[in-house]
Amino acid sequence: MKVLVTVKEVAEVEEDFELDGLHVAEQFLEYDLNEWDEYAVEEAVQIAEENDDVEVVSVTIGPERADETIRMALAKGVDRAIRVWDDALEDVDLLDVGAKTRLLSAVVEEEDPDIVLTGVQANDDSFGATGVSLASAIDFEWAAVVNALDLDADGGVANVRRELEGGVEELTEVDLPAVLSIQTGINEPRYASLRGIRQAQSKEIKPLSLSDLGLDASAVESQLVLTDMYEPQTESDAVYFEGEAADQAAELATVLRDAGVGAQ
Amino acid sequence: MSDVLAVAEHRRGELRDVSFELVTAGAELAGDGNLHLAIIGGDVDAFAEELSLDGVDTIHTVAEGDEFNHDVYVQAVAALYEELAPTYVLMGNTVNGLDYAPAVAESLDIPLVTDAIGLENDGGLVVTREMYASKVESTVEVDADNAAVTIRSAEWEPTEAAGEPAIEAFDFELDESRVRSRVTGFEEVGGGDVDITDADVLVSVGRGIEEEENLELVQNLADALGATLSSSRPIVDNGWLPKDRQVGQSGKVVTPKFYIAVGISGAVQHVAGMKGAENIVAINTDPDAPIFDIADYGIVGDLFDVVPELIEQFE
Repeated sequence: MKVLVTVKEVAEVEEDFELDGLHVAEQFLEYDLNEWDEYAVEEAVQIAEENDDVEVVSVTIGPERADETIRMALAKGVDRAIRVWDDALEDVDLLDVGAKTRLLSAVVEEEDPDIVLTGVQANDDSFGATGVSLASAIDFEWAAVVNALDLDADGGVANVRRELEGGVEELTEVDLPAVLSIQTGINEPRYASLRGIRQAQSKEIKPLSLSDLGLDASAVESQLVLTDMYEPQTESDAVYFEGEAADQAAELATVLRDAGVGAQ
Repeated sequence: MSDVLAVAEHRRGELRDVSFELVTAGAELAGDGNLHLAIIGGDVDAFAEELSLDGVDTIHTVAEGDEFNHDVYVQAVAALYEELAPTYVLMGNTVNGLDYAPAVAESLDIPLVTDAIGLENDGGLVVTREMYASKVESTVEVDADNAAVTIRSAEWEPTEAAGEPAIEAFDFELDESRVRSRVTGFEEVGGGDVDITDADVLVSVGRGIEEEENLELVQNLADALGATLSSSRPIVDNGWLPKDRQVGQSGKVVTPKFYIAVGISGAVQHVAGMKGAENIVAINTDPDAPIFDIADYGIVGDLFDVVPELIEQFE
């Protein structure tokens, strides 16, 4: 059995930052493994541990810089990695869901996995759509926002829980092959061991260009054009308590006491 | 002028709020065009009556199944799209919305924009959405004639005024062989001995607490105030507090007299669960944290300095 897991390196923005046109200025960005993907990677590795003969392959769309993040996934138990990048991607401000789907579909065609795990969404552009879109394109079944997974590979079914709003979970049977988008909290992502980190150094990260995937530049033409970026106007009507922590606490305590909170 | 097809959402016999918000957003987007509203599954006739609202031109009912099933939804919406040829398809950016909208867009080969918080239709579709955990807003222009869009919950006012749309049963034949997932049940999360929805005062803790052992500090504050401890999602994801303490979209919706948010930035999913609190107090180091937008009282400061002082005030 083969599990393909998508791993995205996302840019996180510092508390104070500046915009530079249609981007957050580079010096205010920190790159890290997407939070949701961390759980997807852990779930993939657990599937490999609980079943015989499972290969876990990660796929990333990203520049060479992402190798560092990919190595972390390899250190946690991913067997090998694929990284898709191309000059044609350099100038795309916003890669839309359709373009990501075309790239990942080509990788699926090459790898022929039984299960694809993605994160529910990425922390940067937050589309939350790639997994389900991919499933539709490659004719896999799917489930979005999975927070429990019980795989019955022999029965050809994944029994999942989907985390709906308001503290309700939906229990669903999903025929395999399937794409599952993984919600945070589904497991406890492990820390990479020293041994894992060492082993990761010798694991393969295979770079693939568009032509390697049998695609051309039209595959990454985005139908969404980023036209503006700005900091949202804050509309706070809050009464702020200023000064030292002790003064702030004293003023808040007065408000609370006046409202009968904490009154003995 | 653009025709819009909006898709209502329901669960366990009830229409969800986003259905009424989709009518508002859909009518705005359609302008002089037609707003079609699809109701798929459940008691479609009762839902159609409830959704006979101002701005809706035609309701199309698809009596197929009791509950949401994404395979059914994708087929039904695609069939309606072929039949009605709308310019835009509008869906909810909900957990179920994200379970079918991307497949609708992919199978119809139209671009998808998710989690819209603003829509403008001025010779082309321009969508406002957030990025980088709500720190940045962006506008995105759709470079195509048609598009699928999911709208964020509670961003548009729900339409309440009644209207007189035509109600038509849509002639739809389901391809059963393409239904490859089955919903077998629902379960309520919870089971703990604490009901945070019942509390008058909640001290709620978020990512800012940094370490599990620091939870004691906020628990002490809750004790000093006679309050109940709740939290935002990361605390529960880390296993530091049980799921029944979680406030937010996927957790509980709470409406206490006082909600004291400690080290919570105020992501939209969290705010969805507590914006109905009578008084909101926010303690956070980041003056730009969105929690301050909805707070009544704010302290910009380090919780590790402020909370001990606050506890002292009540001892």
